[in-house]
Amino acid sequence: MAMTMRFFTYASPPRFYALAGALIPWFWIAALVLGAAGLWIGFFQAPTDATQGDAYRIIFIHVPAAWMSMVLYLVMAFWAAIGWAFNARLASMVARALAPTGAMFTFCALWSGALWGKPTWGTWWVWDARLTSELILLFLYLGYMALVNAIDDTRRADQAGALLAVIGSVNVPIIYFSVKWWNTLHQGATISATAAPKMVASMLTAMLLMTLACWAYAFAVVFTRTRAIIVEREREAKWLNDGAAA
Amino acid sequence: MTPPPVFSTVLGRDLRLAARRRVDALLPLAFFAVAVSLFPLGVGPEPNTLRQISPGVLWVCALLAAMLSVTQLYATDQADGSLEQMLLAGGSAFSAGIAVALAKAVSHWLVTGLPLVLIAPLFGVMFDLSGRSIAALCASLALGTPILSLLGNVGAALTLGVRNGSVLLILLIVPLCIPALIFGSGAISAVESGSSARGHFSLLGALFIATGLLAPLATAAALRIAIE
Repeated sequence: MAMTMRFFTYASPPRFYALAGALIPWFWIAALVLGAAGLWIGFFQAPTDATQGDAYRIIFIHVPAAWMSMVLYLVMAFWAAIGWAFNARLASMVARALAPTGAMFTFCALWSGALWGKPTWGTWWVWDARLTSELILLFLYLGYMALVNAIDDTRRADQAGALLAVIGSVNVPIIYFSVKWWNTLHQGATISATAAPKMVASMLTAMLLMTLACWAYAFAVVFTRTRAIIVEREREAKWLNDGAAA
Repeated sequence: MTPPPVFSTVLGRDLRLAARRRVDALLPLAFFAVAVSLFPLGVGPEPNTLRQISPGVLWVCALLAAMLSVTQLYATDQADGSLEQMLLAGGSAFSAGIAVALAKAVSHWLVTGLPLVLIAPLFGVMFDLSGRSIAALCASLALGTPILSLLGNVGAALTLGVRNGSVLLILLIVPLCIPALIFGSGAISAVESGSSARGHFSLLGALFIATGLLAPLATAAALRIAIE
């Protein structure tokens, strides 16, 4: 099929479907290789932390998950807004496919944070600004997913979800700072998650490798889910039933 | 014939409707009273504890009362088709939507927010707050309940005609109300502990202005999505 590449070439569901299908195995390979390398460096190469012992090694999953949770929300809001503003079907589908992965990373960040907090802070949970705003981020993800699932008409669901995601992304900084001030206003300086010890190069390498692995995993899963949504929504389309999109 | 001004017409109509169904209009207030009264029963009658938790308790109950009462804001108007007519009444559907959203928020606040502000001192006394704290409680609720009405409006428009809309609305909008809750109850706690509440009130006022400007736009957009 001869086609000229344009900016919107892959905004067409059939082309994206084929491209994503071709890319997904590579993203899985990248995720596995980078993840294995990151975990190996993290567990066997990085030195034991002077103050936290081996417990700190949870950072290699915790920090990438927290980063992903925040980035994916913004990416989701971006694609949802594009889909709403320009009526781009694929953008709305991608936004919907991003939400469960974002929520999963948010949950992982909270869960691993709790597991990390127990040995180092002596408690599973503190109402620290970061923890609280991450929890609220999880609620925003859940709200988005609940809203788009509650509306049967896909077009309306996409638009309403886009509006909610945009409102949420405007609110994320407000919520973060209000929670931060709330915490500092009430109870002086408690345990701070920000005072990270200076990091050895191997620790940083492991963390970056794990972050890239998370990115690759997110791409693989989101593309798979987008393909599923395409099949679901375009099931009447000719291209899908011709067998061309095997 | 020039069309009637949307804002004042909708506002007048909603207030008249509320005046004719007084019991319906007072239900959120009753919810607030019952919910607040549960806390001493659950926590125990120790006055010091109650005084300490009262700002948060009163604010959380006010928030929930606002969220529960806002769900039906557009439902009946959509069911009988009058919402569509209201949106068609003004110049463009979007500007009419903004006028309708503002009118609905103002009427919701006048019917549920304002009575809450007026009844709050009673509960302040029941929780053994000092006179200055009660004044701060009223001031923070007076500044904060309009924010809740405005945000609740967005949620009501977003969940229009949706299954389980009222539960969904709480999940969607409560996270957005958290800053108002923090600064509103923080102001009372600050006064109670003898420090200045000026920062809290400034931030609450800033939130009020920002929501007042943005929430009607979001509501109008949500109404357009729901109607088209």
